[in-house]
Amino acid sequence: MSKDDVYVIGTDMIKFGRFPDRTVPDLGAEAALLALDDAGLGIKDMQALYCGNLFQASGMVGQRILHQIGQTGIPVVNTANACATGATAFREGWIAIKAGLYDLVLAVGVEQMGRGLLGGGGSDKGIPTEGLLGSGTMPTVFAELGMEHHKKHGTSFEQFAKVAVKNHHHSTMNDKAMYQKETPLEEVMGAEMISYPNTKLMCSVNVDGSAAAVLCSEKKVKELGLMDRAIKVRASALTSDPFTDRDLVMPDFSTCTRMAAQQAYEMAGVGPEDLDLVELHDCFATAEILHYENLGLCKDGEAGKMIDTGATALGGKIPVNVSGGLLSKGHPLGATGIANVYEIVTHLRGKAGKRQVEGARMGMTHVVGMGNAAAIHILEKP
Amino acid sequence: MSEAASELRPVTDYVKLPANGEPYLEGHKCGNCGTVFIGARHVCSKCFARDKMEAVKLPNKGKLYSYTIVYRSFPGVEVPFVSAVVDIEGGGTVKGNLINIEPDPAKIKMGMDVDVVFKDAGRTDKQGNHYISYFFQPAA
Repeated sequence: MSKDDVYVIGTDMIKFGRFPDRTVPDLGAEAALLALDDAGLGIKDMQALYCGNLFQASGMVGQRILHQIGQTGIPVVNTANACATGATAFREGWIAIKAGLYDLVLAVGVEQMGRGLLGGGGSDKGIPTEGLLGSGTMPTVFAELGMEHHKKHGTSFEQFAKVAVKNHHHSTMNDKAMYQKETPLEEVMGAEMISYPNTKLMCSVNVDGSAAAVLCSEKKVKELGLMDRAIKVRASALTSDPFTDRDLVMPDFSTCTRMAAQQAYEMAGVGPEDLDLVELHDCFATAEILHYENLGLCKDGEAGKMIDTGATALGGKIPVNVSGGLLSKGHPLGATGIANVYEIVTHLRGKAGKRQVEGARMGMTHVVGMGNAAAIHILEKP
Repeated sequence: MSEAASELRPVTDYVKLPANGEPYLEGHKCGNCGTVFIGARHVCSKCFARDKMEAVKLPNKGKLYSYTIVYRSFPGVEVPFVSAVVDIEGGGTVKGNLINIEPDPAKIKMGMDVDVVFKDAGRTDKQGNHYISYFFQPAA
């Protein structure tokens, strides 16, 4: 493995929204070109493409993107890893450069979503079991985890709701978020209850979106003279769910996240206190609370206090999801992991406008995928 | 082979309907480490022992580990209902509906004792077959 670091030298995302008249490759191509433009490079400079997409996993989306932006014959790897799909594509690109195979690769994440509940489909045999053997919808899965946190630490409905208030507030400063709308606490708590304690405003938004990043070897960054805009990948970690007692019935996203965090901190030689901002997987408001502790942003049992004191809001000790997060920016599954990279890079470059975390030098991205996967990257301004 | 139209079937493969006797939940217990899994398997994913799995009849008693009250589900699914995660006495965790309790966080106690009960699922398939399902309810 190369001792040289890998850098992000170009990244961008489209404004998340609903684009029923467009296609997945079309959305992916747009982000790919934006990221290439950001790096000042072209598709002819790329030596491989890593494409993350979930719902068309058998559809050769990466190749279809190249059909739109340039068929250069480079290797394409299409990844699917639930909600960790985009982060997995990004990491595969990082691995290839670390392996010394390539100096320049493109990672793209893209998704076109329907509306409504995800999960709980059950099997085609017999009778539908949703609402009979409990519920398998995503809001339920993450509500049951929130209730586990409530049981252990007394975390309240109001504390969970404050996560949504914060993230929706953050998105008012992000033009690329699906929504730019303040949602006061009483509005969040009074919204339609989906699965207690997650109301509708505490569930991530199903949107279409794409994001892309150009990864580059240290040698090539210097050769291209791009070090002034390059962001170093200090750590990349990916885990699956190790055995824990209830994981197969009540998916355990905490243990795989803790493992990935430990590996990432170790690889980077840093700790949570060194981070200036975090984009973590707030697929539901309850999830964000769990991940404060899983990522070591606070001690176990202190996540409720963290949201109460505003420590994770912009201007706080460790701002979390200043992009608006999945709750308000939106959650196009395969794009989410790379959109998180875009957000951190933008802050480390000092280009995040009104939502800029002042003086940000180091940030973390985190996603989890149901099934399970956890992916973490630590990025730093050199 | 075609099957009789009115056959009574288990809602899922870990519900067993013996010809003589009461329905029960089936677990698969690792002979090496003792972990109880729901659903058949050959290898223990905890200790990696192979071919040590034994089918076991799970007791009809457990404790509520976590739950949520579901207010929005798929079209046609009656709401609200309580989706419950229950630790079965002696090992194994099962998800199901908690019934005969008010769907109110103030009324549902974490860790409460529950019984596993079996009855008609209330849903039939296209061929008109009836299904036996399991439910949790506050312990008698």
